[in-house]
Amino acid sequence: MSSAWQAVWAIVKKDILAELRTKETLSMMLIFVLLAVFIFNFAFDLRVENVREVAPGVMWVAFVFAGVLGLNRSFIQEADKGCLDGLLMTPVERSVIYFGKMLGNLIFMLVVDAIALPVFSVLLNLALVRWDIALIVVLGTLGFAGVGTLFSAMTANTRAREVMLPLLLFPVALPLVLAAVKATAGVLDGAGLREVANWLNLLIGYDVAFLTISYLTFDYVVES
Amino acid sequence: MERWGVSKLAIVLHGLAGAAILVALYMALVFAPTEATMGHVQRIFYWHVATAWVGFFAFFITLVASIAYLRTGRRRWDIVALSSVEIGLAFAVIMTVTGSLWAKPVWNTWWTWEPRLTTVAIMLLIYATYLLLRRVIEDPGRRARFAAVYGIAGFVSVPITFMAIRWWRTIHPVIFKSEGFDLTPAMLAALIVSVLAYSLLYISLLLLRTQLEFLSDEVAELRESLDE
Repeated sequence: MSSAWQAVWAIVKKDILAELRTKETLSMMLIFVLLAVFIFNFAFDLRVENVREVAPGVMWVAFVFAGVLGLNRSFIQEADKGCLDGLLMTPVERSVIYFGKMLGNLIFMLVVDAIALPVFSVLLNLALVRWDIALIVVLGTLGFAGVGTLFSAMTANTRAREVMLPLLLFPVALPLVLAAVKATAGVLDGAGLREVANWLNLLIGYDVAFLTISYLTFDYVVES
Repeated sequence: MERWGVSKLAIVLHGLAGAAILVALYMALVFAPTEATMGHVQRIFYWHVATAWVGFFAFFITLVASIAYLRTGRRRWDIVALSSVEIGLAFAVIMTVTGSLWAKPVWNTWWTWEPRLTTVAIMLLIYATYLLLRRVIEDPGRRARFAAVYGIAGFVSVPITFMAIRWWRTIHPVIFKSEGFDLTPAMLAALIVSVLAYSLLYISLLLLRTQLEFLSDEVAELRESLDE
C-alpha cells in the first residue's frame, strides 16, 4: 500500500516539477479564469444589486473552463512527447498512474481556484474567501478532476482532441457543477452548510461515483 | 443460414410489436377514461411514459453491454451497446417531444428549466456525445473500449434523471410512488399495454440494428479481402 502511494506521489511530483519549470499550464489557466470574469462582467453588467445572484454561476463556469484547459494539456503533453509509454512501462498498477495524474490535475486546479477567489472577491465586491466556500470548491473540483482525468486520457488519443474533451466532460459533469453552484449560492445567501446539505450530499455522491468509475475503467483507457 | 434465422425472428417480432402497438393505441385513445382536469390531452401520457421507459431501459442495456465488453472484449457486446444507444436516443427524443406537447396546454409552456427537464436534457446530450465519440476514433478496438467507458460513466445521468422528480420539488407529476399509483385501474391497464408494446418494439429494433452492424462488419471484411 505504502509503495503504491509512493508511486502516486512520484507521478504528482513529476507533474509539479515539470509545471514549475515552464509554468505554462498554470499561467494559461490563471489568465483564462480572469478573462472569463471580465467577459461575464460585460455580458451580465454585474452590479451590486445582481452580483450575488450571478456570482456563483460566473465563478464555477470560470473554474470549469479553466479546469478543462489544464486537463487538456495533462495527457496530450504526455502523449506527444512519448512520456505516456514510459509511464505505462513503469512496474506499477494503472490505477496508480490514474491517481497520480488526477492528484496533479486537482492540485493545479485548486491552486488556480485559490488565486482566483480573492481576485473575484475584489472584482465582484463580494466576500468569497470563506471556509464554507472553500469546502464546496474542493468537493466540486475533486469530482471534476476525477472524471476529467479519465476523459482527458481518452481524448488524447482521438481526432479533434482539444474539442472532444469539453464535449465529453461537460454533460457528464453538469450535475456536479449544478450542485456546486447551488451550494455556493446557498451559503452566499447566508444559509449554513447544514441547509445546503442535500447539494453537498450530491457533490460527495458524485465524487465517490466518478472516482470509483474512473478507478475501475482507467485500465481500459490506457491499454494499447 | 444463421443470419436468415435471426431475420425471420425479427420479422415475427416486428409483426407482434405492430399488433401490440395497435392494441395499445386502442387502449389509450378509447378504452382509458378521460382524465377529469386535463381532458383528452392527458392521453399522450401513455406514449410519454412508455417511450421514457424504453429510453431508460435501453441506456441500462448499454451499461450492461459496456461492462460485458470491457470484461470479455467481444465485438458483439460493443454492437449491442451502440445499437441500444441509438434506439434509446430515438425513444428519449420521442419522450421529450410528447412531454413538451403535453406541457404546452397544461403548464402553458413547451419547456421550462425544472429538475426533470434539465436532467433529461443532460442525458440526451450525453448519449448524443457517445455517438460523436465513436466517430472520432479510428482504431476499432480503441473505439469500442472508449465508448464502453463513456457508456458506463454516462449512465450516472440515468438514475439521477429518474429520481429528479422524487428528490427535488418540481412541477413534473410523479405517478409511481412508493405508496402506489395515481391512476384508475383502466388507465393503469392502458399504460401497462403501452409499455409492453413499445418494449416489444425495442427488442425487435435492437435485433435488426445489431444484425445490420454484423452485416456491415462482414462487408468491411469482404472489402478488405478484395483489396488484397
